[in-house]
Amino acid sequence: MSTLGVAAPPRPAGVRLLRRRLLDRVMSALLLIVTVLLLLLLAVIVGYIVVRGASAINFDFFVQLPKPVGAVGGGVANALLGTVELILLASCLGVPIGILGGVYLAEFGDNPVADLVSFMADVLAGIPSIVIGIFAYAVVVIPMHRFSALAGGFALGILMVPIIMRTSVGILRLVPATLREASLALGASERATILRVVLPAATGGIVTGVMLAIARVAGETAPLLFTAFGNEYWQFSVDKATAALPLQIFQYAISPYADWQAKAWAGSLVLIVLVVLTSLMARLATRNASVGLGRQR
Amino acid sequence: MAATTEYGPRGSDVTLTEAARDVLRRAVGSRTGTAGDVGFRVLTLLCALAILAVVLGVAVVLVLQSGLSLHTFGWSFLVNRTWDPVAKKFGALPFIYGSVVTSAVALILATPLGLAVALYLTEAAPRPLRAPLAFGAELLAAIPSVVYGLWGIFVLVPVLRSVVEPALGHVLGFLPVFSGPAYGVGLLAGGCIIAIMIVPTIIAISRDVIAAVPQAQREAAYALGATRWEVISGAVLPFGASGIIGAVVLALGRAIGETMAVTMVIGNNHDISASVFGLGDTLASVIANEFAEAADRLYLSTLVEVGLVLFGVTIILNIIARLLVWRVARGNVGATV
Amino acid sequence: MSAWGGNAEVAPAASDVTGDAAVIQQTTERLVNIAVPAGQRLGATGATRVAAKRVNVYYGRFRAIRDIDLDMPDRSITAIIGPSGSGKSTFLRCINRMNDLIANARVEGQILVDGADVNQSSDVVAIRARVGMVFQRPNPFPKSIFDNVAYGARLHGVPGRRINELVEKSLRQAALWDEVKDKLKQSAYSLSGGQQQRLCIARCIAVEPEVILMDEPCSALDPIATLRIEELMIALKERYTIIIVTHNMQQAARVSDVTAVFMFGDDRAGELVEVGQTNQVFTRPGDHRTEAYITGRLG
Repeated sequence: MSTLGVAAPPRPAGVRLLRRRLLDRVMSALLLIVTVLLLLLLAVIVGYIVVRGASAINFDFFVQLPKPVGAVGGGVANALLGTVELILLASCLGVPIGILGGVYLAEFGDNPVADLVSFMADVLAGIPSIVIGIFAYAVVVIPMHRFSALAGGFALGILMVPIIMRTSVGILRLVPATLREASLALGASERATILRVVLPAATGGIVTGVMLAIARVAGETAPLLFTAFGNEYWQFSVDKATAALPLQIFQYAISPYADWQAKAWAGSLVLIVLVVLTSLMARLATRNASVGLGRQR
Repeated sequence: MAATTEYGPRGSDVTLTEAARDVLRRAVGSRTGTAGDVGFRVLTLLCALAILAVVLGVAVVLVLQSGLSLHTFGWSFLVNRTWDPVAKKFGALPFIYGSVVTSAVALILATPLGLAVALYLTEAAPRPLRAPLAFGAELLAAIPSVVYGLWGIFVLVPVLRSVVEPALGHVLGFLPVFSGPAYGVGLLAGGCIIAIMIVPTIIAISRDVIAAVPQAQREAAYALGATRWEVISGAVLPFGASGIIGAVVLALGRAIGETMAVTMVIGNNHDISASVFGLGDTLASVIANEFAEAADRLYLSTLVEVGLVLFGVTIILNIIARLLVWRVARGNVGATV
Repeated sequence: MSAWGGNAEVAPAASDVTGDAAVIQQTTERLVNIAVPAGQRLGATGATRVAAKRVNVYYGRFRAIRDIDLDMPDRSITAIIGPSGSGKSTFLRCINRMNDLIANARVEGQILVDGADVNQSSDVVAIRARVGMVFQRPNPFPKSIFDNVAYGARLHGVPGRRINELVEKSLRQAALWDEVKDKLKQSAYSLSGGQQQRLCIARCIAVEPEVILMDEPCSALDPIATLRIEELMIALKERYTIIIVTHNMQQAARVSDVTAVFMFGDDRAGELVEVGQTNQVFTRPGDHRTEAYITGRLG
């Protein structure tokens, strides 16, 4: 192994190197172009909704009931109210179960059952919402013999649970262990510690999770098709069919009437604004919540 | 926060911050009680188990409610082409076909697109742009399906009808898959709209997977004289391959479950069309269209069975996807996406 | 009490050690026999292969290393030692432009490899084909052993028929061939830590570089694996110019011909406080800081 200094072998021709660098430039440009195209697509979609929706929005839209088929004018006030009603009903189911389930996973979750639950939450999140609608139909609509807001709220509540559970677990895990230890060290019970110390510390993040879940289910249509079903009039009881904004948008979008189609755009604009605002708030809140809990995320 | 909390052995000085003192004050006010603790634990456990109950419940309900259909048609349900509620002949093959074709079109379009954006975001984008770009992708994910459907009807479909499909027919019309009249609505429209809707999923998960590739792998490749693209294609992508496949499988699960947007642009036809220009239906869209009006028990039962197929397929795809993704990037990878 | 007596006096006493300690002793004895006082190196021309001139590195506004002037001789081992944070790795990474990967890093000054300034060059790929690097933790790709070694060569367009022979040659030079020749298609991750690091060395060699940079290559390895790699380094310097950053002073004393000592000043910028023949630096250090570091009073 003692050969004296050997001259370095000749390098491969420069052509190959040029080709490699060209390929690098082309691919980098391609990545950029594709990203720009996607942003353009987003702009086109949101742009259309904003432009078409804004031109159809007026005061009546928010306060009047729908007019009969073919007649121009009116609004979707009952659908707006119906959506609010459905969200409230869904939250009654989804928020407590989601948060308490999240508490279990975060605080007592060091066992196989918890791992299974966590995995299943992802699975549940992946089930198509229309299948959840069928479930709600069988469990609520059939026994009640009618479509109802309860059935719709039930379906939407199920959809909310995995989202709220996931975000609650995340935020609860960020609460420093020292807080719990301090409370327990003083003789406070586990229950008191969680209810009075841990949960209050995590409130910001949990609220964010709830907001995200609401934004997500506010736009759900499929499970409502045969649970809440829709309604042309005001309706204030939970055991009757009720209108909802996404249902109304669907009905109007596939109709042949220009006025109704315009209202579909207007309704879409309302939904988009709701969703974007909630997403923005959630993003800002998450940043603040984690910082407030003393961690860098 | 000022000083940290120090716990010393009994009798020594203990320093607490204001916040900790506050906490102690609040916590001391409660009773200690094991009964309360156990009850609370049980309550939270029940809530967690609710997830299992729901998933199980959905499975049970679907099987029970589709019992009549399962009994009447058996396996032939999946291979029969005729869906005629009047004649009471139900075969779900057209919808399986529709779901497969639209999902395939969606994946073919969305995977390269999503992967490219994910690569740009993690490897090539200037740092200050990354957050806003990522937010843009999240925004796409947040738009409700019915809104996509509306946009699809009035923007996508006309473009397909007057520009894209004629062009494809002109250039590639000799292939059966691009033959036939250009309606605008149809399988291609369904596939396109689903593609737009699953791109954010692919982007989000791919980003996490790519970011989880150790920097040491990139450095090794760079140090050997690789260009940036060579580092991406030779070191990063191979390392993250199984995770990216997981992202694609997850997106496939999403694609199959997409309902409203597809229903609105797919043409709602019970035939099997060889061409993507043709009209069709998917498993999800047939339920959306016909469930509320299904008059008799058998009809309803067949639609529930279609739901059962959907349920089974998406669960399997989801499980496979999660396993693939967990292998590469552990932890909070796109969990709520 | 002066520290190490240079690399000719390393052998420990006692012959009744067994097991791991026996292996260590045998390897050390082999090192002693291979090592030759610096002035009588076979093959080394004594000429400078890599020269740093007034090199400064900034991360944003923070200066990480200050005004480094350092000549590293051809086909020798130059060791860069010093406490943590003294900029050793930062400096090493300048030589193959790896600091380009850090967003706010700025490198000023000249780094001449065979007279050509790599810091100003726009062809980073070509530089890295001539100046290779082995990292602190072994980082083989998720490919087979064969494909790992072949990776760089394939990148640079070595024709298929040459690849087989190149892979074997590189694995032999890395003292790994005998252990893997029957399992070239197995995953690189099936090897032990020490083997993986030798694989990384083979991968580096397969590109046929002129200079090999090693950034604490043994810090993640056990003592036996470490000694094997040190043996390897001494064999490799017949063909390659090796520059190694190490925390391990004894290692520097065992293997290197030239030692450069880095320290950080009050402004936390690293600087070169002393450089010279390894023998000298360890037995008669010129700078008091060197002596303090070597005797363990500093860092």
